[in-house]
Amino acid sequence: MPYLDYAASAPLRAGALAAMLPLLERPAANPSSQHGQGRAARAAVETAREQVAALVGAAPAEVVFTSGGTEADNLAVKGAVLARPARDRHLVCSAIEHHAVLDAAAWAEADAGARVDLAPVDGLGRVDLSRLAALLQPGRTALVAVMAANNEVGTGQPVAAVADLAHGAGALLLCDAVQAAGLPGVDMAGDGIDLLALAAHKLGGPTGVGALVVRSGTSLRPLLHGGGQERGLRSGTLPAAAIAGFGAAAEAALAERRTGAAPALTALRSGLLAGLRAVAPDLEVNGHPGPGAGAPDPGLPGLLSVRFPGRRAEDLLLLLDRHGVACSAGSACASGAVTPSHVLVAMGRGPAEARETVRLSLGHASTQADVDAALAAVAQALQVLAPQASSGPQTAPVSQGVPR
Amino acid sequence: MTQVLVAMSGGVDSSVAAALAVEAGWDVTGVHLKLADTPAHLQVQGKGCCTLADADDARRVASTLGIPFYVWDMTEEFQRAVVDDFAAEYAGGRTPNPCARCNERVKVVGLLARARALGFDALATGHYARVEGGRLYRGADAAKDQSYVLYMLGPAELERLRLPLGRLTKPEVRATAARLGLRTAAKPESYDVCFVPDGDTAGWLERRFGPRPGQVVDAAGRVLGHHRGAYRYTVGQRRGLGVAAPTPRYVLRVEPAAGRVVVGERAELATGTVELEQTTATDGRGLRPGRAKVRLRAHGAEVGCRVVPLAPGPERPGSPGTGGVRVRLDLDEPVDAVAPGQAGVLYDGDLVLGGGTVASTGSL
Repeated sequence: MPYLDYAASAPLRAGALAAMLPLLERPAANPSSQHGQGRAARAAVETAREQVAALVGAAPAEVVFTSGGTEADNLAVKGAVLARPARDRHLVCSAIEHHAVLDAAAWAEADAGARVDLAPVDGLGRVDLSRLAALLQPGRTALVAVMAANNEVGTGQPVAAVADLAHGAGALLLCDAVQAAGLPGVDMAGDGIDLLALAAHKLGGPTGVGALVVRSGTSLRPLLHGGGQERGLRSGTLPAAAIAGFGAAAEAALAERRTGAAPALTALRSGLLAGLRAVAPDLEVNGHPGPGAGAPDPGLPGLLSVRFPGRRAEDLLLLLDRHGVACSAGSACASGAVTPSHVLVAMGRGPAEARETVRLSLGHASTQADVDAALAAVAQALQVLAPQASSGPQTAPVSQGVPR
Repeated sequence: MTQVLVAMSGGVDSSVAAALAVEAGWDVTGVHLKLADTPAHLQVQGKGCCTLADADDARRVASTLGIPFYVWDMTEEFQRAVVDDFAAEYAGGRTPNPCARCNERVKVVGLLARARALGFDALATGHYARVEGGRLYRGADAAKDQSYVLYMLGPAELERLRLPLGRLTKPEVRATAARLGLRTAAKPESYDVCFVPDGDTAGWLERRFGPRPGQVVDAAGRVLGHHRGAYRYTVGQRRGLGVAAPTPRYVLRVEPAAGRVVVGERAELATGTVELEQTTATDGRGLRPGRAKVRLRAHGAEVGCRVVPLAPGPERPGSPGTGGVRVRLDLDEPVDAVAPGQAGVLYDGDLVLGGGTVASTGSL
């Protein structure tokens, strides 16, 4: 079954499963317990902490395990806002942040007296540095949030340059690296990131676990209170098995990065794009790798966001699903319907264009066979949808019985 | 294998329709239509057809049945074709039937076109009506019959429409749901207009249009009182007139341009002739002169009538070819309070001949 939806969730790596099973089979394993089994669980957690830290160039003590990327983003935004006095609660977020950042910021504005400004992006989805700089209020801005690479279009951001701007204004930088942590990778220390959000399942670990990496010395208020785990920043019994799976996935992702996985994945994606263009010459690419992308691409090597003009993404997805090909449209809302993406709208696309966009994403287990199967399915689907596209917009073929 | 798309609202009827489609051996795919961005404070559990809980119920039923399931966002189509139309009709002094309109533009005809475009052979829905030999008939459960809201279907649609509940009664449908362990088996009925979940149509219209005060007058033009908006009134309405009179007064007609609501005695509501516009026939060949029975509201009684085709009627603005013929119905006996905007549906026994929208009424 060709799976091209890694950006939604990557398949669990065999190494991650192998790291989890012994901890799941053990009778009891609270990592905080003072007995042998507890110590063994704690050891697994600390091994994972080192593995996760190594992935992003951080110190193990800086890793705070959470329930996932959403909690990590929420802890970063709300924790940073609440750590500042009410008059200094200004936030600057890029317009294409994940909803976990944008909606947490909206909460801070509504319920914690914060002010939020959104930094615009260009047509490729890159944050506009000069306009971001103009939004900063030195001394007042608590946090700047710019993700490492966007989950919908894959465009990478100039994180180090944003960090310099943020620090110059006395603000912290939150970098959501949920998508980019594996490939192309991020460097917490090198890029000057203060808060970095991760999710295990995007790396081939289990769902339900992630981390906020907090640069030492950063002041942050906790959201969850209780047993005081994770240096008081995130109370709650640590899920040792899930964390062990997270660590193993992080280690495998780092090994892949060091052995040239990014160029290999880029090549696979290039073949996918070329094949798609062959069956849909009118196809348009959103964001990276956009036209004229010459410099080293800091974006996601496995992600391709394409628009098929005149074809509803919903319809295309249904037909691909019937062929067993898994991919995504825009972001899905609570009801499961496909809603126009705020990312594409921020990049200057209309809602109708956003609705015609499909996201294909490759990852650690993707093969040429997956790409070939997906291309065959897309070709068939486009054939089915072609008559609708050529008959003009929204013209339902109705019989004489229905004149209205 | 016949590939069938099933519209799944999340209610018990469409759940069972999907189950029966699976039992029939078809290759079934479920789809839930997201029709509105209902704000959380207006979402009422178990009411309406577009709440999050309904999407979840439909999804759960689909997984119980082991069929693929999708949610399609048809918010814009629904807003344009049903909600805006509903408001515009009230503003024009008519009483619309949003469910007929929704079936026509979104749920049945619109969805059928989309299903066909995606390569499906047919669409199945949970309506209580029958399609046999390419013709539309009443459902077996007289109390639940929904043929009234499907009258506008033509042969091309009927050929592709499957109505698995047509021969069942509501208790049988619930029993089937229980037998199959569907989570919607005991779900309460929804009666209200789904985008007015609190049932307060007048309040909904007032929020949309704001107050448009005017006069309540009798047939001779004498001012009897004042109102907050003519759109709050529908023909036959008795409550909320704010008029003191020795005998009950009823709305006889609504004149939105003048901002007037005309009231009178009950006897004055008696309607002897009805003109239908934008008519359609289920056989696709137009309504023909002769005898029929007509139903003039969703759960109203039927009355015998003589069908008299007139000249082609006006088209909907911007929709060429939508005129149909105008048809006059001479009713065998008077019917009270026939409201312009409602559907008039013609039957020959259980067979649905077609129908149209009530344009105007006359006394005998």
